[in-house]
Amino acid sequence: MFAKGTKRKFSDPGEEPALGAELGPVVRPLSSTYSLQRQSLLDMSLIKLQLCHMLVEPNLCRSVLIANTVRQIQEEMTQDGTWQIMTQALAAAQCPADRLVATEVLCRPSEALAAAQKEEEEEEVVVAAAMEEDVDSEANPLSSSSFLPAPFGAEPGWEDEEDDSEDEDSEECPSDAEDVPDSRRGDQVFGTFEIKHPAPPPDPALEELFSDVDPSYYDLDTVLTGMQSTPKMGPYDLLDSLSPHAAPALSTGTSCRSDLNELDHIMEIIS
Amino acid sequence: MGEDTDAPLTPLNHRGFLPDHNYVTEADIISTVEFNHTGELLATGDKGGRVVIFQREPESKNELFSQGEYNVYSTFQSHEPEFDYLKSLEIEEKINKIRWLPQQNAAHFLLSTNDKTIKLWKVSERDKRPEGYNLKDEEGRIKDLSTVTSLQVPVLKPMDLMVEVSPRRLFANAHTYHVNSISVNSDYQTYMSADDLRINLWHLDITDRSFNIVDIKPVNMEDLTEVITAAEFHPHHCNLFVYSSSKGTLRLCDMREAALCDKHSKLFEEPEDPSSRSFFSEIISSVSDVKFSHSGRYLLTRDYLTAKVWDLNMESKPLETYQVHDYLRSKLCSLYENDCIFDKFECAWNGSDSVIMTGAYNNFFRMFDRNTKRDVTLEASRESSKPRAVLKPRRVCAAGGKRRKDDISVDSLDFTKKILHTAWHPTENIIAIAATNNLYIFQDKLNSEMH
Repeated sequence: MFAKGTKRKFSDPGEEPALGAELGPVVRPLSSTYSLQRQSLLDMSLIKLQLCHMLVEPNLCRSVLIANTVRQIQEEMTQDGTWQIMTQALAAAQCPADRLVATEVLCRPSEALAAAQKEEEEEEVVVAAAMEEDVDSEANPLSSSSFLPAPFGAEPGWEDEEDDSEDEDSEECPSDAEDVPDSRRGDQVFGTFEIKHPAPPPDPALEELFSDVDPSYYDLDTVLTGMQSTPKMGPYDLLDSLSPHAAPALSTGTSCRSDLNELDHIMEIIS
Repeated sequence: MGEDTDAPLTPLNHRGFLPDHNYVTEADIISTVEFNHTGELLATGDKGGRVVIFQREPESKNELFSQGEYNVYSTFQSHEPEFDYLKSLEIEEKINKIRWLPQQNAAHFLLSTNDKTIKLWKVSERDKRPEGYNLKDEEGRIKDLSTVTSLQVPVLKPMDLMVEVSPRRLFANAHTYHVNSISVNSDYQTYMSADDLRINLWHLDITDRSFNIVDIKPVNMEDLTEVITAAEFHPHHCNLFVYSSSKGTLRLCDMREAALCDKHSKLFEEPEDPSSRSFFSEIISSVSDVKFSHSGRYLLTRDYLTAKVWDLNMESKPLETYQVHDYLRSKLCSLYENDCIFDKFECAWNGSDSVIMTGAYNNFFRMFDRNTKRDVTLEASRESSKPRAVLKPRRVCAAGGKRRKDDISVDSLDFTKKILHTAWHPTENIIAIAATNNLYIFQDKLNSEMH
């Protein structure tokens, strides 16, 4: 039941208060142990939100509870002041040089993504998550999950687009990460639920969605980026990702496209 | 009651579908258990969409304490897997809930539901058949008319008992989200179905329309922070129902007040102890099941670590709180990691509302006597369940604590063996326990009547 190979400090009574233990509202130790544990919980929660079996609709109750946990952590980190540090560090990180080692805690078995073009095919995600044990700074640009959508990686046209827009997008990235509007918080999680559900034919929300789509919709780059950063969405959620809200943050493509999109993706969820 | 020093529980039946294999067929996992109103029939639903109905054999008059055993009465496929083409998602055939209708004629009726569709099934017996047709012979072949020389009146002759199950109603396309509860109203004409965000009221005879009576879906799904987890009608007042939420609240609603019961009549919520707040506080407060007492005066709720009895007249806090497995409180982070913290345990009342029961891990289940304040932990397992054997109480001790023989350490608990679904006979001390793909039926040997 317990993850193997990971140091567990949570239930040790002699140490600092653990995450699962009682914490008074006033007593909030900013000790490194607590911060690490909190960060680990945040990472775990984000991955849980993203790793959904897409053959069957995900359990809404579970998703809501996890999202609330994420929000709670974020609020606490905002109060601590550690949130700003982390977002700045995430923005500054262009290309995490090290491909981070998967820990038992945070990853599922890395199965090769099916190369099939079928829409019903379940997407498996290769998660490379990390917990840097660097206690000095809380500003660890970590816990990024990389998604490898094989269907898109296989297309030759995609490679060309990537090279062309590389320079342009690497400049855009920092500003994008910081400008994430709060309105998109939870959008990736619940917006998809919203769009998925069959709406009555004259749905004002959907019509508005279509009316605001800008010409970048036709840009292959945007389309594929949109697909890539939210691999768990079905075919109809492409529309959601192409909405004006999502488009700016997603229209980046760099040589480290996948990493930046992960960061953006995480920013959108947690901000 | 079946406690350690009083009348012990004995296993009556053990319906093991897979003998002594560790491998469990997913489709055989039992997902719901329900006695009918007399306790004569017991229905189980499984992940493969099948319903199995057991019937209690009439008690033998020869032996004084011989209690009727439950045997398979009927098996049928209730739901099939479907594919939602609009969303490109599968709809699971798993039976989420079964509810029996009160019996009004010779046939039995039950409602079964998966995530999206509710079905009404008629279960009837046929023990006679007509014989002596004029135009057909015994095998059903049309007779040659020239051979028919006289008229005969067909008569009903007895035949081997046959149980027929037929679908009578299909209540579909009313739920966008996953149905978690159904509840038949005491008026025996209507019932409700609840999904994560909405509750609909149906008439049993009308399938193309339903009333939406609760809707907690926010305008922006981004603002969603709370979902409906369970709902039930009051056993006597057909205008009252209760629904529970993922934030640990219960709302009692009166359908006479408004057509849309978004505003509750009563809100039951225990104020959170600020000193015990953690990141998991909300998750463990999420109510996984809610049941009215038979009297209609109390509510029983189950959250991750406790079972609570509420008085309908007191909204501020529960009347009683029972710790089901408090030894897990220090393990919440690990249980969050392996998703066990999201397990939805059900709870049950006994017929006289004096004992409550709920499941736990390691195939343990717990019973709490509300009057004597005594409780017992029992295990539903093959090894401890030889027929007529007495169940031995179990004990879970903290890791590293003093250990008695037969105690189990917290770290040795098997979290894949969880008892989520339990049911109690409406009048007698007979309980049905679903342990993954096995159904156990236990009976109180000495005290068969309810106290």
